[in-house]
This record gives sequence, structure tokens and C-alpha cells, in this order.
Amino acid sequence: MKDIKIISLKIAVLFGVIFTVTSGCERSLSGDVDFASFPVTAEVFIDGFSGGLEYRPFEGSKLDAFIVDDQERYEGTASMRFNVPNVGDPAGAFAGAIFPDNGGRNLSGYDALTFWARASQGATINEIGFGNDFGENKFLVTLPNMRISTAWTKYIIPIPDPTRLTNEKGMFWYSEGPENNNGYTFWIDELKFEKLGTVAQPRPAIFNGEDRVEQTFIGSSFTVTGTQTFNLASGLNQTVSAAPSYFTFTSTNPDVARVNELGVVSILDQGTAKITAVLAGVRAAGSLTVESLGNFTPPLIPTRDAANVISIFSDAYTNVPVDFYNGFFGGQTTLGGADLVIDGNNIIRYTELNFVATEFKNPTIDITQMTHLHVDVQVENPVNTGDFVTIELGDFGANAAFGGGDDSSGRVTFTSDTLKTRTWVPFDIPLTDFGLTNRSNLAQLFFITEGTNDTQPGTITDLLVDNMYFYRQE
Amino acid sequence: MNKRNRYKKGTLIMSFPGLLLLLLIFVHSGCSTDDTQTVVNFDELVLQDEFDMDGVPDTAVWGYDIGRGVNGWGNNELQYYTDRTENVKVENGFLLITAQQESFKGASYTSARLLTKGLFDQTYGRFETRIRLPWGQGIWPAFWMLGADIDTNPWPGAGEIDIMEFRGQEPTTVLGSVHGPGYSGGESITKSYTLENDRFDTGFHVFGIEWGTEYVNFYVDDVLYNQITPADVTGEWVFDKPFFILVNLAVGGTFVGSPNGETVFPQTMLVDYVRVYK
Repeated sequence: MKDIKIISLKIAVLFGVIFTVTSGCERSLSGDVDFASFPVTAEVFIDGFSGGLEYRPFEGSKLDAFIVDDQERYEGTASMRFNVPNVGDPAGAFAGAIFPDNGGRNLSGYDALTFWARASQGATINEIGFGNDFGENKFLVTLPNMRISTAWTKYIIPIPDPTRLTNEKGMFWYSEGPENNNGYTFWIDELKFEKLGTVAQPRPAIFNGEDRVEQTFIGSSFTVTGTQTFNLASGLNQTVSAAPSYFTFTSTNPDVARVNELGVVSILDQGTAKITAVLAGVRAAGSLTVESLGNFTPPLIPTRDAANVISIFSDAYTNVPVDFYNGFFGGQTTLGGADLVIDGNNIIRYTELNFVATEFKNPTIDITQMTHLHVDVQVENPVNTGDFVTIELGDFGANAAFGGGDDSSGRVTFTSDTLKTRTWVPFDIPLTDFGLTNRSNLAQLFFITEGTNDTQPGTITDLLVDNMYFYRQE
Repeated sequence: MNKRNRYKKGTLIMSFPGLLLLLLIFVHSGCSTDDTQTVVNFDELVLQDEFDMDGVPDTAVWGYDIGRGVNGWGNNELQYYTDRTENVKVENGFLLITAQQESFKGASYTSARLLTKGLFDQTYGRFETRIRLPWGQGIWPAFWMLGADIDTNPWPGAGEIDIMEFRGQEPTTVLGSVHGPGYSGGESITKSYTLENDRFDTGFHVFGIEWGTEYVNFYVDDVLYNQITPADVTGEWVFDKPFFILVNLAVGGTFVGSPNGETVFPQTMLVDYVRVYK
């Protein structure tokens, strides 16, 4: 064993000498060596597809919405023409596609994607940008609601941090639906990346610059939303949504909350942690403070046969189409909705609750074959005498629309003695208790916690809701 | 009129022999391109503030206008000028003039305006500064001069030379102007200079004039972009007497309009130096 050791030491010394000599030689050459890199091609579409560029429409879009137009153009011989379909077009409900160069390009020398555009009418393009490659979209950039007119106009979509784009595939993408149900056409020309030198004064933000505070539990997660704002040569402040990977995140307590490079905040333990971000050396406005209350006890998983259930909100069943879990009505203060996910379990969380409606009117649902409403609720406030949770059902009647004299509604109230702080309470309410005239066009389900008289003031403001479904008692 | 002569950067801080050599080159190249051109030779430094001493600006050079003036200093400007360190100080080699959004003595903004009135004035010479400008709608910084007889010869009779004016909402463009009797305010003799692929609020730029008998040359960095002579003004030429220097950061006013919800405050103008040659 000893001998072998000595030999290997000798060999190591020999290798070391060779290595030193070799690296010495390399050092003298390194000044002339260029590292291999992805092409820096700036052009995306000038008068035709640039090298490597592909057209990949979104699923469900009008596949032939994009064509090369050699009649209408800003400059040169051709432009990109996008035909947005009418509502109801059997070929597709919207126009949308990505234009990737799957070989990848090094865009770090540019500061913006620019193009000229005009449309057949004034319109607002829903989403337009770059960084979409049908993969991770790590460096996705979206300019939302881009106004476009009938005059050729130059548009600038700034790159949130060019140093990140050393191997980018997503050269361009867009998604646009009909305007007031009508299709129209827009053209884009001279689409390319540029180094303008005038994209300046970066002001990144996460969570729209708000300092958010969220109470949550171990196992829950949040996704950071980010924006980058630049001042352009025109004086315009241009804000784009920037994928989380452009940011570097910091957690004040990584044992409680941790953020990955895709911007997913994971809650790992009980305690408080504040998440902040930096984009290209600039501190982003906004933050997320999570107050983790510890372990979360989910409600019991429903076991009823799906054949006997019409589900509004449950991970155990396929839910009917729901318009919203927090519709806005006059006088309503309620925040939140179906935005809490704990270990894959979606939970509705309402805060500042006074009343709130879940609406499912497209289409309305027929519960005439059902006998009960089930819902699990958990009150997060201390429960005081006089507190209550009222559930109201609304049926739109034969016309299946709000109003028209055929609507009916009814309520059931649970008083404070049936509620318990931070404990799931399952309610199974016979539908007959609601006293509805009709049950074949049900469209609304309300939670009401604020009373209208002094004897029942109602102090509950924070409510978790899960497993909201109708069922037939066998 | 538009003589875009190229100056070598750094000329002004060269030693005298170096400057002489360069001047020889200029004389030579000047003759070969334009025989009528006036050769600049203001080479004796008479005022130099490099802002190297932290604290308040040199009181031997700079005084202050305080308050809101009449009608917002004649332009409906919105700021209240102070000499507080919140608005003006020297730090790390720069003069910092900062516009703040705050309620102060009836105004919604505060800022500062420094001037050499009663401390330094001069007829003719090279007046130069190096500044990184602030930005945003309604932000109006300037480096400029007024006739030293302004107390007895009211504006515009006393004359005004705007070496640099800037609209925060037009971050790539500065203006150089002269105002005098018959050509003041909106009728001033003015010209703008726009940077290509760069802007004035992201780095330092040199702004200056060469002012001699019957001409004022305006330059930015190494580009001479305008010359104004008596033939250009639509009234009496009043630029043949002492002028003093002002440097200020205004907020709002007719020249720029008011700040809006997107204007970021505070905004700071960084002045690297002010130098005057004769």
C-alpha cells in the first residue's frame, strides 16, 4: 500500500508539472481566444423569417392567423400580417403564436425588442412580447394591453435585464382576441432586437410594488409576479411584466420561506419571513411578508360518489364552470378568492369579508336531483357571541339570467355556537332549508358574515372555504 | 449656422503646452475647412469649483435665491427654493441639487437655485459645467446666466444666456438659448441638441458656451451645435457686458408643465464642476 501511495504521489507531481507548463502556455494564448457563443442575430422578421425562426401557433388559436404580407408593409418588401378572428370563428377563438429560434441566440448586447405596427382599426393587443419558447419560459416578457392604431408606429419592448439573455429561444410572441366580438387585422414590420442606449431608469417591482402580508401555513406556496419599468427616449415610462427568473430573491428567514428561481415561494416552517427582490442590481419595489401559522389541517377529503355530486369547488371532483369566487358587488369589502394552495389542495380564503358571491351562470346548474349542499368552512377570527355565517343560494329562474321576475333566493344561517376558530366545520344543509322557488337554474352562492342590525353585528372577516358541492343523499 | 466642429474630449483639463499644441491643430484644421470661423482661445481659468469639499457649497462663489419668486420665478414654477441640505449640498466631489416632493411653506415641492450674483460675473469667456441631469415629467434643470445689471435693467433688457436647459420628459434633448429685448420667453433665440443612442440622465455630459465679441457658441461634450450672433437676434444685442451664473432645478412651470403621477421624487442633479475661462 505504501509503495503505491508513493508512486501515485510521483505521478501526481509529474502531472502537476505538465499541467503547470500547459496552463502557462494557455495563458499566453488566452487573449486571442473567443469563447463559443450563441449567434447575436438581432433581426427577427424584416422582410421574411430570419435564420432559425419558426412559427408555432397556440393550441386553440386560429392556426393560419399569421401570414407574410407582401402588399402592406412599413419598409422593404413584406410584413407580418395577423388576422384576428371574429367571435365564433370555427377555425379558432383567438390569434396567438410564438416565434422561436430553437438554436438559441445571445441577446445580451441589446436592450429592447422593437418593431413598427399598425392595425385595420384602433385596438388593444392583449399580450405581446418575447421569451416564450413553449418550455420553461424563464425569461418571458409581456407588454400587456398594447394600444395600436391605423398609423404605422414604432413600439419598444425593453429587456428587463439583457445580461440574462445569453441563450434565448423565444424571439417573439403574441396573443390577441376579437375586439368587441369583431376580428381585425394588424401588421408588424422591422421586428428586431436593438441596442437603443436610451432604455434607462429601471424601476423593477414585485407584487405591483405592494408590501403584501399573508397569513399562511406550512406547505402552502405563492408565486411572485414581477414587472420592470424603464423610461424611454420619448419620455414614456414603459412597464413590462418580467418573469421571476429575471429577479434575485432574498428571504429574511429561509427556514420559514424559500424562493426558487422560478419565483415560487414555499412555506417550510412556522414563523415570519419577508421576501424581497433585486433586478440587475436595483432593489425591486414591493415585498411579501409571510406569517406562517404552522401546520395546516385540511378538511376531510369528500368520499361521496362523483355520480351523485355537482361540485362548485373541490379538488375531489371535477368542478362546474365557475365565473368567479369573489364577484364584485356594491358595498362589498371582501378580498381573496381561490388563491390558497396548500400541499396541492386549493382552498378559498376570504379576508375583510362582509359578503361575497361565487357565481356559476355560464351555464346555470340544475340541482333539482340534489338533496343537500355540503361546504367546509373554517373561521380564522376569534368567534364572539352574535357572530354568524349565512349561506345564500340564488336561482336565476326560467330565463337563466339575473332579473326578469323569476329569480329566487334563500338563506341558512349558522350562529356562533356552531362555529369554532381555526377548526374546519362541515355543513350539510338540506336544500329544502333554503326555500327556493326554483332549483333548475342555480347561479349564485353567497357567504355573509356582516349583519345589518345591532343584535347581530357579525365580526367574522377571515374565512376559509373548501369542498363546496351539492349532492344527492342515497 | 450649424457648425458641428469636433473638439477633442479632455482639452479643457490639459496643461498649457498641451492646449497650445491642440490649438495649433485647431487653427490648422479650422483654416482648411472654414476660413471665417472664429478660433476659440479662452484658456485662462478664472473660476473653478470642482465641489471637492463636502458640506455647503463655497460661499465665496455661490449665493441662493430663496422662496417662490414672483409668479413662480416668472414661469409659474411650483417649487420653493431653499438652501437646506435636503435641497443642496456638496458630497463626494459633486454638487447635489435635489428636488423633493414635500409640503413646504405653501409649495408642494422644494429645490435649490444657486447663483454667483455679486460674487462673480464676467464679460466674455468660456463657461462650462459637467452635469448628470435628473429626469421625469415636469423636471426642469438649467445652467444659465443673467446680465449683472438686472437690478437696474429689468429682464429681458439685461439679457439671459441659457447654456443648458432640459425638459425631464425629453431625456435625450437639451436646449441652448439667448433672451434679450425683443426676443425673450417664447421668442428667444434657441436651438436644441439631441443625443443619439444616449441620454442626459444616465451619465455626465459637458455643457458650455464660448462667448466673445458678437457671438455665443453652444456646445455639448465635443460637439459645437450652435452659434448665435447679432444677425440672429431680433432685437438689441446685449451680450457685451458682465453676466453672472445660475444653476438650478425647477419643478413644473410653463416650460415643462407640471409633474404627474409617474414623476419620481426626489430627483437630483449632480454637478461635477463649474469652470470659467477668459
